[in-house]
Amino acid sequence: MAATDVVVDVRDTWMSFAGNRPGEPIHVLERIGFQVRHGEFVCIVGPSGCGKSTLLNVLGGFIEETRGSVLVEGAPVKGPDPGRIFVFQENGVFPWLTVEQNVGFGLWQRPAAERAERVAHYVRMVGLNGFERAYPRELSGGMRQRVEIARALAAEARMLFMDEPFGALDFLTRLKMRADLVRIWQAERKTILFVTHDIEEAVQLADRVLVMTRRPATIQAEVTVDLPRPRDLDARGYLDCRDRIFALMGMDAHQSGVVVSR
Amino acid sequence: MSEQQPGKTAWFDWRAVALPAATAVVLLAAWHFGVVASGSDLFPKPHEVLAGIVELLQRGLLLKYVVASLFRVTWGFGLAVLIGVPLGLLLGWFRPAFLAINPLIQALRPISPIAWIPVAILWFGIADTAPVFLIFLASVFPITTSSMAAVQNMQLVYLRAAQNFGVRGLPLFRRVIFPAALPQILTGLRIALGVAWLVVVAAEMIAVNSGLGYLIIDARNAGKRYDLVVAGMVMIGLIGLVLDGLVRRLERCDEVRWGHGRN
Repeated sequence: MAATDVVVDVRDTWMSFAGNRPGEPIHVLERIGFQVRHGEFVCIVGPSGCGKSTLLNVLGGFIEETRGSVLVEGAPVKGPDPGRIFVFQENGVFPWLTVEQNVGFGLWQRPAAERAERVAHYVRMVGLNGFERAYPRELSGGMRQRVEIARALAAEARMLFMDEPFGALDFLTRLKMRADLVRIWQAERKTILFVTHDIEEAVQLADRVLVMTRRPATIQAEVTVDLPRPRDLDARGYLDCRDRIFALMGMDAHQSGVVVSR
Repeated sequence: MSEQQPGKTAWFDWRAVALPAATAVVLLAAWHFGVVASGSDLFPKPHEVLAGIVELLQRGLLLKYVVASLFRVTWGFGLAVLIGVPLGLLLGWFRPAFLAINPLIQALRPISPIAWIPVAILWFGIADTAPVFLIFLASVFPITTSSMAAVQNMQLVYLRAAQNFGVRGLPLFRRVIFPAALPQILTGLRIALGVAWLVVVAAEMIAVNSGLGYLIIDARNAGKRYDLVVAGMVMIGLIGLVLDGLVRRLERCDEVRWGHGRN
């Protein structure tokens, strides 16, 4: 890959937190290294609690690595940046603002007309038209998550860091949101880093899947998903890819019964 | 998908009127027959208190005293809000300021406003300033403390989301920290207003010659008019009820309703 293409460059990065006992830190990330190219869709999968979210929070600038080198868009991460919007696992929608005020939150520097137009566009995209004036407490969990995704997209960030954004959604909404996200990504060519514990989700979405180990987490493999979109979930290539990741995470997809045979 | 229409709660619940009315009837009856049974000719029966209220109305004193008390509360409480809310937000946000000032606040807070009365008279004489100062003192600490705690308890995800969109400095306070803290601030205001109303009466018993607190002491001293004493107490209670209801109404606004329980 051409060096200028690389927008995320993580090298030999370690992360530990102070534990309950002094002198016994909890090691979360070890020797993490990977690169992401401009416009790439990369999923990070791993067992729950392994440190996927921690890694994403380091990239987002919310926490600082213990040691290592984390370059995003050519510079060390100094903090959160409006060009790189984070979609939070726990709901980050502001409960004191309406749906449209939330979606327009990142657009305060734009002229009012443009703001209104973008808000309307993204509210429609996530299927919340009719709920523009509703407050988050009046929405279901899935609808709130869609508000947050619309808010991130409306801000026109160059990169999206998504931390299990569809985890709280029901099955059908999740499928629809995945398809929408791929469509948006293809249209707007943002770089997306997407953390999930759902292997199927990763293979449906990503160009490349980083597979992490248990804590202290390292990246044990990178699986390239070289399949046309929209993904055919019955295609040989899709199933091979999925089963390979299951195997990497220590499970035989068919024998353990985690996969319903089609 | 579980789509819900924006919720509408019944705006009128007849039980909210009928049940407290029933309680009042029972208590008034118990009061009346209790006084009759005791044979006291000093302690008033409910209808005598009502007559006392009517008498105060006719003499033009009731409105005058209520206005005088509310005037003092408005000033003392208003100043406490103007100083307490920004101070609390600052202390909640800047940890060094919290470390420097919080112990002082927590040491001053348990001192009863009544204990300040001699000091207030010394500093301000017996003009309106003394009770206003006492009310300010009584309400500024709960307001500061609740505003401070509200910022400290704010969910980290709101802060991170705001920072992510490049919001910092004063806009961060205005657009995120303040609205996130507002439900808990309002709860603090409600508690503080109750305390303020408690204190105005106590302050008026000593420092001034108008207001509902003065009415009670004056009625007792000038002729053992216990009907007027209890009339004063009833008015204090009723106005306290109205004040609390007003703040509760604020708590139902859309901007803060998310922070108050089950919505």
